[in-house]
Amino acid sequence: MSTIHVTTTVNGDAVEFLADPRETLLDCLRDRLDLTGTKEGCGSGDCGACSVIMDGELVCSCLVLGVEARGKAISTIEGMADGSTLHPLQRKFVEHAALQCGFCTPGILVASKALLERNNNPSENEVRFWLAGNLCRCTGYDKIVRAIMDAAAEMRGASRC
Amino acid sequence: MLKDPSKDASAGQFRIVGTRPDRPDGLDKVTGRARYGADISAPGMLFGAVVRSPHAHARIKRIDFSKALAIPGVKAVVTRADFPSGLTGEDWNLQENTMAGQVALYDGHAVAALAATSALLAREAAKLVEVEYEILPHVIDVDDAIRPDAPAIRPGAADHSVPEGSPPNVVRYIEFGHGDLEAGFAKADLVLERTYKTEATHQGYIEPHACLAQLGDDGKGEMWVCTQGQWFVRRMCAAVLGLEASQLRVTPSEIGGGFGGKTTVFMEPLALALSRKAGGRPVKLVMTRSEVLRATGPTASASMDVKLGMTKDGTMTAGRATFRMQGGAFPGAPVDMALYCAFASYTIPALEHVGYDVLANRPKSAAYRAPGSPMGAFAVESLVDEMCRTLGLDPIEVRLKNAAREGAKASYGPTFGRIGLIETLQAAKAHPNYSIPLGPHQGRGVASGYWFNHGGETSVSLAIAEDGTVTVSVGTPDIGGSRASIAMMAAEALGIAYEDVRVNVVETGALGVNEPTHGSRATFASGKAAVEAARQTIKEMCLRAATKWGIDPEAVIWEDGAAKPAGANAGDFPPLTIAEIASTMGSTGGPISGHHQATLDGVGASFGTHVTDVEVDPETGRTTVLRYLVVQDAGRAIHPSYVEGQFQGGAAQGIGWALNEEYVYGSDGRLQNPVFLDYRVPVASDLPMIDTVIVEVPNPGHPYGVRGVGETGITPPLPAIANAIAAATGARLRSLPLSPPKVLAAIQGRVDG
Repeated sequence: MSTIHVTTTVNGDAVEFLADPRETLLDCLRDRLDLTGTKEGCGSGDCGACSVIMDGELVCSCLVLGVEARGKAISTIEGMADGSTLHPLQRKFVEHAALQCGFCTPGILVASKALLERNNNPSENEVRFWLAGNLCRCTGYDKIVRAIMDAAAEMRGASRC
Repeated sequence: MLKDPSKDASAGQFRIVGTRPDRPDGLDKVTGRARYGADISAPGMLFGAVVRSPHAHARIKRIDFSKALAIPGVKAVVTRADFPSGLTGEDWNLQENTMAGQVALYDGHAVAALAATSALLAREAAKLVEVEYEILPHVIDVDDAIRPDAPAIRPGAADHSVPEGSPPNVVRYIEFGHGDLEAGFAKADLVLERTYKTEATHQGYIEPHACLAQLGDDGKGEMWVCTQGQWFVRRMCAAVLGLEASQLRVTPSEIGGGFGGKTTVFMEPLALALSRKAGGRPVKLVMTRSEVLRATGPTASASMDVKLGMTKDGTMTAGRATFRMQGGAFPGAPVDMALYCAFASYTIPALEHVGYDVLANRPKSAAYRAPGSPMGAFAVESLVDEMCRTLGLDPIEVRLKNAAREGAKASYGPTFGRIGLIETLQAAKAHPNYSIPLGPHQGRGVASGYWFNHGGETSVSLAIAEDGTVTVSVGTPDIGGSRASIAMMAAEALGIAYEDVRVNVVETGALGVNEPTHGSRATFASGKAAVEAARQTIKEMCLRAATKWGIDPEAVIWEDGAAKPAGANAGDFPPLTIAEIASTMGSTGGPISGHHQATLDGVGASFGTHVTDVEVDPETGRTTVLRYLVVQDAGRAIHPSYVEGQFQGGAAQGIGWALNEEYVYGSDGRLQNPVFLDYRVPVASDLPMIDTVIVEVPNPGHPYGVRGVGETGITPPLPAIANAIAAATGARLRSLPLSPPKVLAAIQGRVDG
């Protein structure tokens, strides 16, 4: 099948790639652009490991076609830190030991960032339901939820919870 | 003179052990830089795809590749004919599971594979491979599989343990016990016998199996693979393909969860076979989620009869367990481990254990966190709870009364060393969660659990760099923070900063054979070996200092990362730091490194006790976990956050097994839920915070007292949840999962168990 030329923006950079129209955005990020920080855990939108932001919306990149990225702005885990300055969520995940194997971590960080942009003071319950589409098999979610709430508190300028 | 770390342990004097530094691989893992199995490419790389049986049991009559091979870009195909013949025992099992021979044994069993220039092309071409099958009768459920008239899956597979005249799918039989069973039951005031069932569940690691493999006609190969054990992959691939093990170099990627399921091979030999067939071009092979669920190792399913005798005061007098387990179409269901662990929490005068390993048309089971123990615990701990309830006794008091303790003979034979079961029971009883008042439709459940833990083959090197910093080479992949705990122990032993130690997980060419990160052993075994290696370097550095000072090496001590004269009599010299010694080591005798290798002993078993509160919706049967407490003996928590993480993760997996997870088969023998939407692992909104208490009863077999902590935590949740539901509803369910329809039926009195 012939490929289609796609120009898009990823983490603020203008990029272009050739996509087979059957390829997902996840495939294109990983295989065409070498952005392998976004993970595939299921390919069916159930695990959230492939979470990215597309034009401000949190999406499973395995459920978006690569060609749909044309003209859009995509944010992935690789664009979360500001140079060498980690996003507070990234820092808090390490501090709280909120990752064990780390495979779900990029997707959970991207999803958590999207949450905090909508709600800078989420309750534990709001965090848990927002993350219900992101599977973690290692942690039991306890330390993930704590890290997100702590990051939110820090970002609000409050003292540590 | 070495400072004895065990003296540190008894004095509780640690600089680093017990603190919570950031893990060294944390930055890579929160920025997306860490490279997992599917995150690597190679020049000239091809992509593999596997053709799998859609039938539970079928003879393969013909495989036709002509349409697939007609597609430009398809470079190689393989079938079983591309593998050597004549393998025996577990090597044959591995080969047969990697790719079916004459008969496909389960839905998802690989029958062919191909490699093409793109992943899409490979998948398309795989669909064009025509396989003609003759469908054979199949059997799925363990109680059906053990019937004398069940379809015989592999006649001749039974080993010598199986009594003459046993049903055709029984391939292993185990029997052991002690004491006078009849006398024990006669002494009891209450004797109950019940039957329990657990369904197969999957480890559910989020990263599907993935590898990049290259193999030439010269028998030399390279492999990048997500695995818990690179040497296991090497040995198994070499066996399946008839290679020399040393010619295969296996590098472990970062690993996206394993839980036992990545201690063996599935499609890895296929990638190597395809590469060899394609003239040595590298082949990347990545499983889809449905391939993971259909064709990698879930755990066994179990059917279990347990009989227990108890006096009115809660003293256990006798017990009997008969367990039947299927682990797929291959021998190896963990029925032995299940029986060893079943009564391990108790000292009971008379016990009998009987086990049957049974074949069924399902994928070959793999290890899953404390393999076998959760099933046995579900049966025994459910029955203990039911008897406590019948006799009006407190479940923790009854456990304390009968608890396994140091010096007692374990239910499975050996004598326990220092163990901490009683301490976990006391801590659980004292915890506020055990006395919080409950509301309507709420109930509290308690259960204990056990895992042996494992030492295993271990080889570790530690080298001093020119600037006095330290690298440690270990063979146990880091799944949950073990780089951090090993670095902490090495830094503690050397008296240097945690940040000055780098722990590398190395490839198979860099060390002697290491067993995988399994058996809760990485922090125990690689840590113990790293401390031994550090002590060797300390001895050498003291020698270098003694030579420089012109004094006896025995007159030099190592303290705070520096060599010092042992006392005033030894001489007056300023301390010689590790950095100073390292900076001149080239001219004072050469590189300084330590190495320790052994099949490590001294492993310490870990017991845990869990307490949970649930609420059951009387209209829907849905169970909500309100509170969950894990109390477990860690021996010594090197990095408490990652110990808590193991407790919490094990509990979450056990809760999933108890409430949601199961392999669902249709009458055609096909797996009906091979996606995460239908194979429902716990999500964040299903769980509460998971409270933890780390009990520390130091293991005398480890320099800092470490016990493995990875596995025990999955064991108590199955019965703890069932016991809590029984407390909340009065309905005793004896078949997992405790899904809402089952619970609803039970509380409406339609079904008992």
